[in-house]
Amino acid sequence: MVDPILGDIAKGEPLTVYTQDDLTFPESIAGLDDLDLSMSWHHNIETVPTLIRVDANGAEEDRIIGWSRDQWQAFTGDIELGITLPEFRPGCGSLSVDPSRSDELNARMGGSGLATRRVDFAELEDEFEAMYDRGWSDGLPLVPPTEARVLRMLEGTTRTPGEVVANVPPDLVDITVEKIAVNAVMAGCKPEYLPVVITAVEAICTDEFNIHGLLATTMSVGPVFVINGPIRREIGMNSGINVFGQGNRANLTIGRAVQLVVRNVGGGRPGGVDRAAQGSPAKIGLAFPEDEEGTPWISLAEERGMDPGVNSLTALCLEGPRLIVDQLSRTPESLTNLIADALLTTHSSRMVAGIDALLVLSPEHMARYVDAGWDRARFRAELEERLMIDTDDIIRGTGGIDEGLPAAFAGKQVPKFRPGGLHIAHAGGPAGLFSSVFAGWVSGPTGSVPVTKEITP
Amino acid sequence: MTTVLDPTNESTPAVLERCMRPESLAGLTVGLLDISKPRGNVFLDRVEERLNALGSTVRRYKKPTFTKPAPVDMRHQIATECDAVIEALAD
Repeated sequence: MVDPILGDIAKGEPLTVYTQDDLTFPESIAGLDDLDLSMSWHHNIETVPTLIRVDANGAEEDRIIGWSRDQWQAFTGDIELGITLPEFRPGCGSLSVDPSRSDELNARMGGSGLATRRVDFAELEDEFEAMYDRGWSDGLPLVPPTEARVLRMLEGTTRTPGEVVANVPPDLVDITVEKIAVNAVMAGCKPEYLPVVITAVEAICTDEFNIHGLLATTMSVGPVFVINGPIRREIGMNSGINVFGQGNRANLTIGRAVQLVVRNVGGGRPGGVDRAAQGSPAKIGLAFPEDEEGTPWISLAEERGMDPGVNSLTALCLEGPRLIVDQLSRTPESLTNLIADALLTTHSSRMVAGIDALLVLSPEHMARYVDAGWDRARFRAELEERLMIDTDDIIRGTGGIDEGLPAAFAGKQVPKFRPGGLHIAHAGGPAGLFSSVFAGWVSGPTGSVPVTKEITP
Repeated sequence: MTTVLDPTNESTPAVLERCMRPESLAGLTVGLLDISKPRGNVFLDRVEERLNALGSTVRRYKKPTFTKPAPVDMRHQIATECDAVIEALAD
């Protein structure tokens, strides 16, 4: 529409026209090629046409965007300009801000501002094999962390890339938002997961959580993350069927990203500082959301002090899930008896007060309690009552087992878990009379204490 | 060519020279670090007997918990007080 106008302007003063796609435009004056969009990117063009006035040194003095006859006339000082054209047309979006091109452009133009060292793979290297060869992988394929992908990942947080988030053991390295984003890309995260990953890294790199000890121990435990709040649904996490299994990208990649941070930034690798005798699939990365909607009970996060509706993450040091099967109990008392019976054997019947555990009730088991009017506090009280152990049964040597408590502990009642050491959540598919327990590692201040943190954007 | 961002901590491997291994422990001060695992003391008691027989001076140290690295102060203390250190790693 403005083609003839450009020729008119050029008759009065010097005019340079850059064309983003169709080089036959304009016909009234010779245009210059901006097919690679570099001129558009450097001038922050968001709309075409954009008319810019520059001084003798090329510095911008003023600009107008789209077509407004009055504006163009005032801008050029030609009151006859475009007199036959419509009064107003808004223009079109510039290709340089097209979502399909902008990430690549930002990276190519060096405007990324990313501080991370670049690694060039050789022409003949397969990029996926190259990442294995450099030791970056947990054993599964990684997404190549190109600048464009890292920039896109960083769109998921309002934090600046250079912000130091934590000091990561075992190498005690300060980690930035940017470096977490690099590992989150590799893990397969979407940008909207990044705030969860950042919070998870913050949580494990605390003295209370003690990720260093967790790595170094020969016990087969890893960091497990329970997510609460609306963000669970917003980022598409699965709290239902197969909640601990395969099939959901957010569930699978958030924990993996954290483990890649520990590996690549912290330097904690199996056979190095990671000394787990047998390990566990949970160490690949395990995060899941609680099913808050499916129960009237307060959530795990609320029991741990968070306000309702707040996005939060609880990091716990745990092995993988172990089934608790009860298909016949129809009363809350019977089911609680069975669950207590199962919990008493976590790690072994001889292990007392030394480990925490996370009990995840399935919807069908939860229904037994909801139908009977039990709330979380009632369930906890009833369960803990049943988790007292007569030490005479587990003194060393009893039952033909050398493991156990020293003889000096005989004649006492002790709890299976330390006060506050049993954590309870709700998740799973609608059918199946199975719950799960995750047993932990050395609990309390001398080992690992679960950490609950708010997830901020 | 693909260019990616380095996911590691980018630390240049600093090659630290190790202390020369002593020819003999006789006359040296040897630290024994108990990491607080069960029965570590039994092992270290025996090591201490053997070191005393060699003519070493023995100093004993104990970590507050085996689950965490030795506190920085303790590591510094061992480094400044001893010529060599033996650590009882596990039960």
